[in-house]
Amino acid sequence: MSTDALALPRTEPASRPVVASLHEWVTTVDHKRLGILYMMYAMVFLLIAGIEATVIRIQLIRPYNDFVSPQVFNRLFTMHGTTMIFFVVMPFLFGFANYLIPLMLGARDMAFPRLNAFSFWMTAFGGLLLYFSLVGANGLYGAGNAPDVGWFAYAPLTSRTFSVGHSTDFWTLALLVSGFGSIGTAINIVATVLCMRCPGMTLAKMPLFAWLNLVMAGLVILCISPLTAAQIMLVVDRYLGGHFFDTQAGGSAVIWMHFFWVFGHPEVYVLVLPAFAFVSEIIPVFSRKPIFGYSVMVGATVAIGFISMSVWAHHMFTVGMSSAANNFFVISTMAIAVPTGIKIFNWLATMWGGKIEFKTPMLFCIAFLFQFLIAGLTGIMQGAAPFDWHLGSSYFVVAHFHYVIVGGIVFALFAAFYYWFPKMSGKTYSETLGRLHFWLFIIGFHLTFDFMHIPGLLGMPRRIYTYEPGRGWDTWNFIVTIGVFFQAAGILVFLGNLAWSYFRGTAAGSDPWDAWTLEWSTNSPPPAYNFASIPVVKSRRPLWDLKHPADPDWNYE
Amino acid sequence: MNAASMTVAEARIEWDRPDRGRIGMLSLIAAEAAIFTIFVVAYLFYVGKSLAGPLPKDVLSAPIFYTICLLSSSLTIHLATKSLRQGSVQRFGSLWLATIALGATFLYGTATEWHRLIYHDGLTISTNLFGTTYYSLVGLHGFHVVAGLLALSIVMVFTLLGDLRPEHAERVDVLSLYWHFVDGVWIVVFTVVYVIGR
Amino acid sequence: MAAFADAASPLSPTNIFAPASTPAKSIFELSLFVLAVTGAIFLVVFTLLFYSIVRFRKRANDDGREPPQVYGSNQVELAWTIIPILIVVALFMATARVIAVVQGTPPPSTAIEVTAIGHQFWWEYHYPALGIVTANELHVPVSDPAHPSPTFIKLLSADTDHSFWVPRLGGKTDLIPNHPNRMWIDPQQTGVYLGQCAQYCGTQHAKMLLRIYVQSKEDFDRWIQQQRQPAFVDDAVSQGQRIFETTACINCHTVSGTVADGRFGPDLTHLMSRDTIAAGAALNTPDNLRRWILNPNAIKPGSLMPAMESNDQELDALTAYLETLR
Repeated sequence: MSTDALALPRTEPASRPVVASLHEWVTTVDHKRLGILYMMYAMVFLLIAGIEATVIRIQLIRPYNDFVSPQVFNRLFTMHGTTMIFFVVMPFLFGFANYLIPLMLGARDMAFPRLNAFSFWMTAFGGLLLYFSLVGANGLYGAGNAPDVGWFAYAPLTSRTFSVGHSTDFWTLALLVSGFGSIGTAINIVATVLCMRCPGMTLAKMPLFAWLNLVMAGLVILCISPLTAAQIMLVVDRYLGGHFFDTQAGGSAVIWMHFFWVFGHPEVYVLVLPAFAFVSEIIPVFSRKPIFGYSVMVGATVAIGFISMSVWAHHMFTVGMSSAANNFFVISTMAIAVPTGIKIFNWLATMWGGKIEFKTPMLFCIAFLFQFLIAGLTGIMQGAAPFDWHLGSSYFVVAHFHYVIVGGIVFALFAAFYYWFPKMSGKTYSETLGRLHFWLFIIGFHLTFDFMHIPGLLGMPRRIYTYEPGRGWDTWNFIVTIGVFFQAAGILVFLGNLAWSYFRGTAAGSDPWDAWTLEWSTNSPPPAYNFASIPVVKSRRPLWDLKHPADPDWNYE
Repeated sequence: MNAASMTVAEARIEWDRPDRGRIGMLSLIAAEAAIFTIFVVAYLFYVGKSLAGPLPKDVLSAPIFYTICLLSSSLTIHLATKSLRQGSVQRFGSLWLATIALGATFLYGTATEWHRLIYHDGLTISTNLFGTTYYSLVGLHGFHVVAGLLALSIVMVFTLLGDLRPEHAERVDVLSLYWHFVDGVWIVVFTVVYVIGR
Repeated sequence: MAAFADAASPLSPTNIFAPASTPAKSIFELSLFVLAVTGAIFLVVFTLLFYSIVRFRKRANDDGREPPQVYGSNQVELAWTIIPILIVVALFMATARVIAVVQGTPPPSTAIEVTAIGHQFWWEYHYPALGIVTANELHVPVSDPAHPSPTFIKLLSADTDHSFWVPRLGGKTDLIPNHPNRMWIDPQQTGVYLGQCAQYCGTQHAKMLLRIYVQSKEDFDRWIQQQRQPAFVDDAVSQGQRIFETTACINCHTVSGTVADGRFGPDLTHLMSRDTIAAGAALNTPDNLRRWILNPNAIKPGSLMPAMESNDQELDALTAYLETLR
């Protein structure tokens, strides 16, 4: 039962010269357009960072390979990690947040549209600055080029002594600049969620998507700043002769680690909470039931937000902290598993007793549940500090975090793309190609990241450009590399599906999934002003209430 | 009931939400507080760890007068905003100007203190751990004072041009939150640098 | 000398599940417990997931009505909050015990004390009580559980961060400048144990390999005696020795009993007592040694030893000299 009766008449704009369209896009402050700009930007960098990963894996397909030199390899893994986190996943998530939050809240735009545009362009510029290092970083004796200090840039490797030239500075400045963009977006999300909800939509009635992005934004505000601070300190060390991390002057290398991971751990929750947001909206619709335990889900999210700021030194178990400190971080790390587990159970309970439709978004969500469960469990293994004295800095942890980011977050992103593509483009995607993408990608994902755990258990450290034969690592590395090509094929099918469907797909209508949140009550794609008049809501599922006037949600919530 | 066609009045509900400017500014303040916290932690961590060179107790003297200036500017800015709310743009203008003057005096104090430290005591950012952490923390705060003074000056220009009116009181109040934050940070920095660290 | 202690670990000489030392054994037991718990959780949740997608899928003959709309259940939420909390408590207690064992054990009087200094891209070892300095290949005595003779290692760094990881003997501990760390091992089987640097330290992080030779008491004592001798002198290689002592070699390397006392590179006094060169990057053969001196970057690109630009004749003489440093 669609709500086309509410849909507004469509008027096609007259075709305009390219320059005028381009100008419109570059100067836009419309949250929907900025959302799409974020996503297009992220897709370009996804391809670049994906190629970097492919080269890394080709180099590691067999021991003593010489596909690339150690210098190039070290730049590759640094750029791959930095690009994927800051210029692929974060822009994708900010793009979806920008696009959907005002629509879901019944608002016409974000709280600060111009700040929104500024934040996007800051992020975009940061990415360009990072890659400009490839041409711009040549300092003395050609030293420089892309940064090669790893994405967490430990001191004192980043000091002028050990990182000559300017490559490290490009890393520092690019992230500093995009950090300002991230903080701007976060301020916008907080202000929008707290101040722009439509009448009747109390905080307890807004979609979980809004709650999860609100907590994510809070984490960005509190936790990107430590990275900014640490980077300012690094610049002071490198250019003003400062000694923040200068061990020769009595400074501490460990304090960089603390500052970085105070940012770095909450950052992974910044990445995963929006993924939870997607899944929390999609699973109910394809199970035909409301989300199970809405208030508990909100509580668990807030708990995760708080606890995530107290676990950071579990990245530092091998650094030689006291046993008291180690014990503290064991407890906090294990504690965060409780609200996270609660969420998994609530998603399962949403599916339980429902009528599950295996459309492409739901396929990716089910895979998300399976893979995120495993990723969480390998996280618990590493939370047991002595076990982490083996697993940390090995391929086990590389497998773990890719399991979270690819197996969890990227799968949730694919689900979100397929789910909201009809709304954003007005077209239907090909379900067949969607399934092909799913199966290619999931086979590739498991080939690569399941088997990647094993070399870690057999003693293979991370960030090595080659390895010794006879350590039992060869076969597993080979299989890991093969999986990459399946994933690449899947992504090509995905991009092809999006492109083809955008130009040739059938019209989707405003509510193709028979869903219940406000974005489905307006046109596909929504007009610039989002809604003809600001809606008034009385429950968490306003469209359910409209479609079931005899049995509205507000009798039960 | 058709959600799309009912207006707020028809729905007969009270619908109050906080002002987005205020929320935005408070969020910015939270982010800035996080940055300052890291610099304060670094400062405290490195107290007593310098290997050589001028030490805090040798060269630091608490800038009491300039601190009083800065903290008084919180009072003047508060009174200024109150005046604007009550409709008196004239009184607002003088109090706003006083705020800027007090802030500028504070910066002058910082500048003279740094001049003495650099040229008389030989303490620079690269001298030792104390120098690095001191100039970074006090400098970061000073930078925020400069940014604040810039914003206050822009408002001053609008006032002098006659474009500022009592209905702008809310926005001016939101800006004053930033100024109060800057003053609050100084209380922390002062305590850490001139009291604890010495 | 190159016997692998891998009778217990055919899968890999660096298998974390083949412990040969008490710290590694404690971690191994903890890991079994953690794997059992997480394995059980996985089975339960996976079964529920699998069951739900089979049992509650939309059938072909669906009547089009929405299923019962269930909003939540406080009892269920309580259950799946309490049980995980209990599991977390159990895991934490098991973990705390192992932390205490590994971090809290003081050295007995029979312990061997070693200081390990991490360099880009090699390992320097001092035995302060025994008066020995060596590089890259660590020798320790085997430890009898009844009368333990563990080796306690103090970990320092001369430049960036490194990490000491020999999986069969213990978890990894980092070497961080200005932040001394300590670890201990008590290997209970003789043999050679392998590992490598586990904290990215620069270009040749990948070839900063570790070799620990666990020897019987007699063999270890013999090795100590040999290492304590000053460099072996052989007139036949005096030309090579002269080249060594008048070139930049002595700026970085020490050969005890001669004028060479550089500290930036490995101590070469007993170079020939080692199986490998360049921190494990190549076997210690005359050919490899010659290739290394000619151009280290050919074996370990990015290594910090400069190419010596020697001609063939000088190279032959140098290599012959170094080959006498037993």
